[in-house]
Amino acid sequence: MGGFVLRRVLHAVPTLWGVTLLAFLLIRLVPGDPVLLMLGERGGSPDAVATLRHNLGLDLPVYQQYWVFVSNAAVGQLGQSIVSNRGVWEEFTGRFPATLELSLLALLWSVLLGIPIGVAAALNRRRFLDYFLMSVSLIGYSMPIFWWGLLLIMFFSVQLGWTPVSGRISAGFDVEPWSGFMLIDTLYRGTGWDGFYAALKHLILPSLVLGTIPFAAIARMTRSSLLEVLREDYVRTAKAKGLAFYQIVFVHALRNALLPVVTIIGLMLGTLLTGAVLTETLFSWPGVGRWLVSSVLSRDYPVIQGGILLISGLIVGVNIAVDVMYTWLNPRLRGRL
Amino acid sequence: MTFRLFAAPVLLATFVFSLLTYAAEKTFVYCSEGNPKTFNPMLADDGVTFNASSQMLYNRLVDFELGTTKVIPSLAEKWETSKDGLNYTFKLRKDIKFHTTDTFKPTRNFNADDVIFTFNRALRKDHPYHSVSGGNYIYYLGMELDKLITDIKKVDDYTVKFTLAKPESPFLANVAMNFAAILSAEYGDKMMAAKTPEKMDTDPVGTGPFVLKRFVKDNTIRYEAFNDYFQGRAKLDKIVFAITPDPNVRFQKLKAGECHLIAEPAPQDLPSVSSNPKLKLMSQPGANVGYLSFNVEKKPFDKLEVRQAIAHALNRENYLKVIYQGTATLAKNPIPNTVWGAAQDTVDYEYSPEKAKALLKKAGLPDGFEAELWTLPVSRPYNPNGKKMGELMQADLAKVGIKVKLVSYEWGTYLDKTRKGEFQMAQLGWTTDNGDPDNFLGTLLTCGAINSGNMSRWCDKAYDVIINKAKLSSDMKLRTLEYYKAQTMFKKNAPWVTLAHATVFRGLSKDVVNYKISPLGTEDFYKVDLK
Repeated sequence: MGGFVLRRVLHAVPTLWGVTLLAFLLIRLVPGDPVLLMLGERGGSPDAVATLRHNLGLDLPVYQQYWVFVSNAAVGQLGQSIVSNRGVWEEFTGRFPATLELSLLALLWSVLLGIPIGVAAALNRRRFLDYFLMSVSLIGYSMPIFWWGLLLIMFFSVQLGWTPVSGRISAGFDVEPWSGFMLIDTLYRGTGWDGFYAALKHLILPSLVLGTIPFAAIARMTRSSLLEVLREDYVRTAKAKGLAFYQIVFVHALRNALLPVVTIIGLMLGTLLTGAVLTETLFSWPGVGRWLVSSVLSRDYPVIQGGILLISGLIVGVNIAVDVMYTWLNPRLRGRL
Repeated sequence: MTFRLFAAPVLLATFVFSLLTYAAEKTFVYCSEGNPKTFNPMLADDGVTFNASSQMLYNRLVDFELGTTKVIPSLAEKWETSKDGLNYTFKLRKDIKFHTTDTFKPTRNFNADDVIFTFNRALRKDHPYHSVSGGNYIYYLGMELDKLITDIKKVDDYTVKFTLAKPESPFLANVAMNFAAILSAEYGDKMMAAKTPEKMDTDPVGTGPFVLKRFVKDNTIRYEAFNDYFQGRAKLDKIVFAITPDPNVRFQKLKAGECHLIAEPAPQDLPSVSSNPKLKLMSQPGANVGYLSFNVEKKPFDKLEVRQAIAHALNRENYLKVIYQGTATLAKNPIPNTVWGAAQDTVDYEYSPEKAKALLKKAGLPDGFEAELWTLPVSRPYNPNGKKMGELMQADLAKVGIKVKLVSYEWGTYLDKTRKGEFQMAQLGWTTDNGDPDNFLGTLLTCGAINSGNMSRWCDKAYDVIINKAKLSSDMKLRTLEYYKAQTMFKKNAPWVTLAHATVFRGLSKDVVNYKISPLGTEDFYKVDLK
């Protein structure tokens, strides 16, 4: 097992190196010069442009800039944003807990709802309930997120006034970040349950919107996978043996049917952690997706390079974890460890 | 039982008392657009950073009167200009205190050392703070203040003298601008000694009406009223900037009562703001101009008749309806009416394809010609949709025989190429931030501004003489007359077609009183109160 993990980690090294090269080159191939963007309409003389370019280290030849980036990244130095002058690592860690908190909640409800609905649909195959549930999940899968979110805001927040429109907590609560997870920080900083509920209320709509697609994907995958397993010989044997229906489904079939679902959940988590730009923008959620997009728009080279490297590292890490878990769950693969 | 009898009134009293104190505290929530890049305005160039820092936390030697572009005393109570216009002597107020924060407790009041520290940080390369926090003083660079200000002298503790390389009448307006906020030299020294100089820019200490309490990125900025503010404590106790990047969501938050004021409402939401009984819509003509610039060095735009023909061919009233949706006024002059010195009797080029054709014939191009028209790649208040406007222009010009190809580039490239004069016709625009006519007529149209602000590359020595005369004088009347002359000359020569001055809108709750829109674009909440 240890050897397997080590091999996977070593495989990740060239992947990440490729990421550094791609991130570095792509952002430089896109037209747009950070110095000219910073000066904007006001311009400034060629002198001013040259001074600024020099201060930002952008007057070096491109290969030298790449070397500076990679050699620093190798020892954990990701550099500083040229827009805010704050460290890339510091900016990332300031935003990542918000993304994680939202992703985990979104994933939680999509699993808790997606799996039972998938099972219900599979057990009622080609009946009304199946068609109904699968249409719902298809709609969820193809919903334009921005529109869907705005619709929810207009209905639940503005019309009914049940949930807040956006943000992480009401303006009345002054919570100093500690862990970065608002649910934990409200309790740690002594705002009491009032603050906790306020934070939880702020999580409802964004997690609902963010979880819509994973929910649909999980429900559909559970259904098709369970249907496949139910056709297997051992299920027939179990039936012939006279086992109770619920035992066949929940003890024998479902456990095996969930294997591909686990993979889907892992992949979904990877995607969610890279930050959901639309959801984050809509709900003013201070996560990593919005951070990266705004840095692309301002051509903030260090943030784009460093941020993409961090996020790729994270996705690679989640993938390794999923692989390990998958082999652990699936006895047939254990021999390959 | 007796215990309960006693406890009930006590509990009730505490409850009522806490309610009263809660109600008495006034918290104002402003739904803003994004994160400030820093809390030191001298390092910034964007509205979001200025809104969060300059008027909230600091003062300048002189300030703009709220809601106008008039320069009024602030940290300096009075000032004198030498006859040759080269020296400005400021007399400072003596009773001004800096903020006390978690990182700093001031031991002295504001004085001349703070002024010198602030300006030298940006101007002197050998200043210990010059390269702190990236050391990019974008405004100082852009306005070439490093070349203009040759010396700053402390005459005594409360007198500072600036010496300039050449007379510059907009100088007073320049030091009233956001970037010229005065920092505390004592705080600077303390942070340098503690080896944390960058705290100066992240944990700000100013003299302004509010003190920064906490900034959580992408989330909130919190301020509290500064009790010792030299112009008197603000009426609001707390201000929260709730960072909300999407304009639709800002509007929903305003409707739901989650904020009192929103930044830049979307044009399509304006009618529903004014029809909502809980909200009000405020507007003010903005200090900006959108225009179509010709490159007078490129054929056939070197011919005056061609430029005038295009000015007649464009149906600008139609653009106001379609592109600006009624949120702008037709521009006759390069300077909007909110800025002093705008000429009222300018004769504009009316929409007339016939006149355009006649002028083209006179220019020897009766069958028209082919040309490129560059469309603005970004949305700006002075031109919200460059591409669509380009299509309308294309159709208008086709009617007089001019075949136009629409071209656009990424914003940075666009600015660079127009500055270098690589275009024939280009949509451009400008917003002033010191409210001085020179900031339009000088910065954008003089011979010296070619390769920087003067994209049209139109250069007329007689025009430059007028602008310089106005610039060297501190007599408002004389300057106004000179600027009238300059505008007449500009209009006759038509290096641009002036398109529109965009109106600035704010949506706010009816509970907000005493709020004024600044024509220069930076929010000022000092006098704001809640009902």
